[in-house]
Amino acid sequence: MTQAIRTNTGQALPLPEGIQGIVADWSSDQRAFKNVPWGKAMMWIFLLSDTFIFSSFLISYMTVRMSTTDPWPNPSEVFGLTLFGQSIPLLLIAIMTFVLISSSGTMAMAVKFGYEKNRKMTFILLLCTAALGATFVGMQAFEWTKLIVHEGIRPWGNPLGAAQFGAAFFMITGFHGTHVSIGVIFLLITATKVIRGDLDHERPGFMTGRKGKYEIVEIMGLYWHFVDLVWVFIFAVFYLW
Amino acid sequence: MSYVAHDESAFAPPAEVEEVELYHPKTWVGKYVWSQDAKVIAVQYAMTAMGIGLVALVLSWLMRLQLGYPNSFSFINPSNYLQFVTMHGMIMVIYLLTALFLGGFGNYLIPLMVGARDMVFPYVNMVSYWVYLFAVLLLVASFFVTGGPTGAGWTLYPPQAISQGTPGSSWGIILMLVSLAFFIVGFTMGGLNYVVTVLQARTRGMTMMRLPLTVWGIFMATVLALLAFPALFVSAIMMTLDLTLGTSFFMPAIVSMGQQGGHSGGNPLLFQHLFWFFGHPEVYIVALPAFGIVSDLLSVHARKNIFGYRMMVWAILAIGALSFIVWAHHMYVSGMNPYFGFFFATTTLIIAVPTAIKVYNWVLTLWRGNIHLTVPMLFAIGFIFTFINGGLTGLFLGNATVSVPLSDTMFVVAHFHMVMAIAPILVVFGAIYHWYPKITGRMLNDTLGKFHFWVTFVGSYGIYYPMHYLGMMGVPRRYYAIGGTDFIPASAHFVNEWITIAALIVGAVQMVFLYNLIWSYFNGKPSGSNPWNATTLEWQTPDTPPKHGNFGATLPVVYRWAYDYSVPGAVDDFIPQNVPPREVTGRNSSKT
Repeated sequence: MTQAIRTNTGQALPLPEGIQGIVADWSSDQRAFKNVPWGKAMMWIFLLSDTFIFSSFLISYMTVRMSTTDPWPNPSEVFGLTLFGQSIPLLLIAIMTFVLISSSGTMAMAVKFGYEKNRKMTFILLLCTAALGATFVGMQAFEWTKLIVHEGIRPWGNPLGAAQFGAAFFMITGFHGTHVSIGVIFLLITATKVIRGDLDHERPGFMTGRKGKYEIVEIMGLYWHFVDLVWVFIFAVFYLW
Repeated sequence: MSYVAHDESAFAPPAEVEEVELYHPKTWVGKYVWSQDAKVIAVQYAMTAMGIGLVALVLSWLMRLQLGYPNSFSFINPSNYLQFVTMHGMIMVIYLLTALFLGGFGNYLIPLMVGARDMVFPYVNMVSYWVYLFAVLLLVASFFVTGGPTGAGWTLYPPQAISQGTPGSSWGIILMLVSLAFFIVGFTMGGLNYVVTVLQARTRGMTMMRLPLTVWGIFMATVLALLAFPALFVSAIMMTLDLTLGTSFFMPAIVSMGQQGGHSGGNPLLFQHLFWFFGHPEVYIVALPAFGIVSDLLSVHARKNIFGYRMMVWAILAIGALSFIVWAHHMYVSGMNPYFGFFFATTTLIIAVPTAIKVYNWVLTLWRGNIHLTVPMLFAIGFIFTFINGGLTGLFLGNATVSVPLSDTMFVVAHFHMVMAIAPILVVFGAIYHWYPKITGRMLNDTLGKFHFWVTFVGSYGIYYPMHYLGMMGVPRRYYAIGGTDFIPASAHFVNEWITIAALIVGAVQMVFLYNLIWSYFNGKPSGSNPWNATTLEWQTPDTPPKHGNFGATLPVVYRWAYDYSVPGAVDDFIPQNVPPREVTGRNSSKT
């Protein structure tokens, strides 16, 4: 029988560092991830699940690209933009990617100011992130219009080659664009709650997290960075391949 | 030891998070309809699942009527038959078993067993149920649309599923796919709750290695579901697009009835891979909760600690991990590179190792136990039999060379019904007999329960044992009729007739079970708070049935694992998890 230690000393028990710390956390009671709020844990697990969704989409895209017998259109030509009489490959996509990656930067800053309880800066940066996200979706709408109206690309076929090109493109970018749009909406909700001070006063409720903590900003941030990361993969395997 | 505390909870780690205020509804509707209480949601899930399960039961009767007495019934034609097969499979696997184990038992038992007041996100949990109900209603709607439900088989393989001529290829298949997508959305909401509650909301002293195996089983099954359902979700979306927008993800160029179809260049095998990447973990989504629950039932009713608790946990984790790399053993005859068959056969056989560990440990738990043949125990022991039977035939089918001649025969049907239909459903029954007293405060009727068990258990063998022989004779599955086939002897028809009679009887006995559920709710013997003398936290609640918030004013503190039965020197033959060491006897005999 090992010696019992008094534990309710009012202070957190000392925990070992490194790998041993992980083992200690997992073999402890109450929480496997110490200091991780419930909402954050849930978002991480949801994102893991969502990763499997996007992976399935991208693997399916690769499979049909290999199985189709018609030639695959050259993405750098299809997604080119003609400016001042010059055709520049992948220009629009480059701008879109830049916009989305920038929004990750503003999001990260919003999280920082959130934890500093700087409500005004958090609010402004969340709005910036939402605006950049909305710009991305707008440019995607422009790109879709261009492909559908000018190039005649449809989900069921296109004049450039394999029908699966349009099908996979609209499905995957559509699904990603939906993610961005939902993110924009929730960024706006979070921003409103931040500037109204809901996170400081309100009882635990919809999208507020625990009182006085700005966890929800970070949870939004996790989602937003994930959506960006997914875009990098879509960009790599769809536009560059 | 110099310091002696009067309150032994001082020796348990301090609470790390302050308690979260629960939303307490004021109206009847808020309590029982739009409820945010996991226990009520659990009952809602369970009742919906059993309701739709009854539909699937009737469908199996219709199928068996046709197979046992071909062409005797005017209301069964070949299209109907295929629709019965499809809907029976899909409902039983997803809408009954998955929903009942995770939505039903998961919701009821996880918060109670880990010592939480509720799930971590009660509102999301509530929405989860209503989305599930919507998915069920969509599925039911497919019985009433033009062309009826889909008849593509529960695997929904394209091109068949969406080709003209397959029953339900107009509306049935669309409703099925949309219903599945909604089911997955609803499940994800619930699943995130279950996982986070287990990981982050346990009570003081409740370490992962003190969790009852029931929680481990449901937890791992939920993790599997969160990672496996995405593949089904994606395939459902892509097939819906193939159907509605005319894309060609899964559809190759097909000439049908002399006409070139509108599709070209798709890959039907892609669907099979996506489907089984979901489908094989799905087997364990159903099996792991059953493994966990049966471990607890055996331990409680044999008054003995579970044998090899740690190995049981690691086996659950190993099975969960391995289940993601075995999927293509469902596709040996689909046209794969033979080396893939080699790989997938190997991984499939490896998964038998942790599974066998579990079976040995169950048997060793019984060995020299003080076995009480209560109704839950009967069902638990019945599970061991059917699971070993089904598991052994799984070894035949896991080997690519043996599997090929047995593919698409009744042998496959007998195998998977034994291992993932009868075995888990026996556990479901056992679990209901076990936890019904906690849910309602009354015992289920014992006599009716024993009658229910024996007829179900013996009857299941009556159905599926002969079916293996039919399969080895080469009787194909999913065939409307096998008449006039030379290699199938006339005795096969006798066997089919026998199976049909057994199936009708077993199905009818389930009505006795339903009657028992309702009768006992009003007339059952009052159970008290802990009728089985069990150790886990759900039996230690101040109220039975537990009120909203589960544990009254203070949350329990856990001092031991869940399996302290027949501990030498203890006053009783069980020590609940929340009993401090000093209260057991004069001597500390706790096992952690």
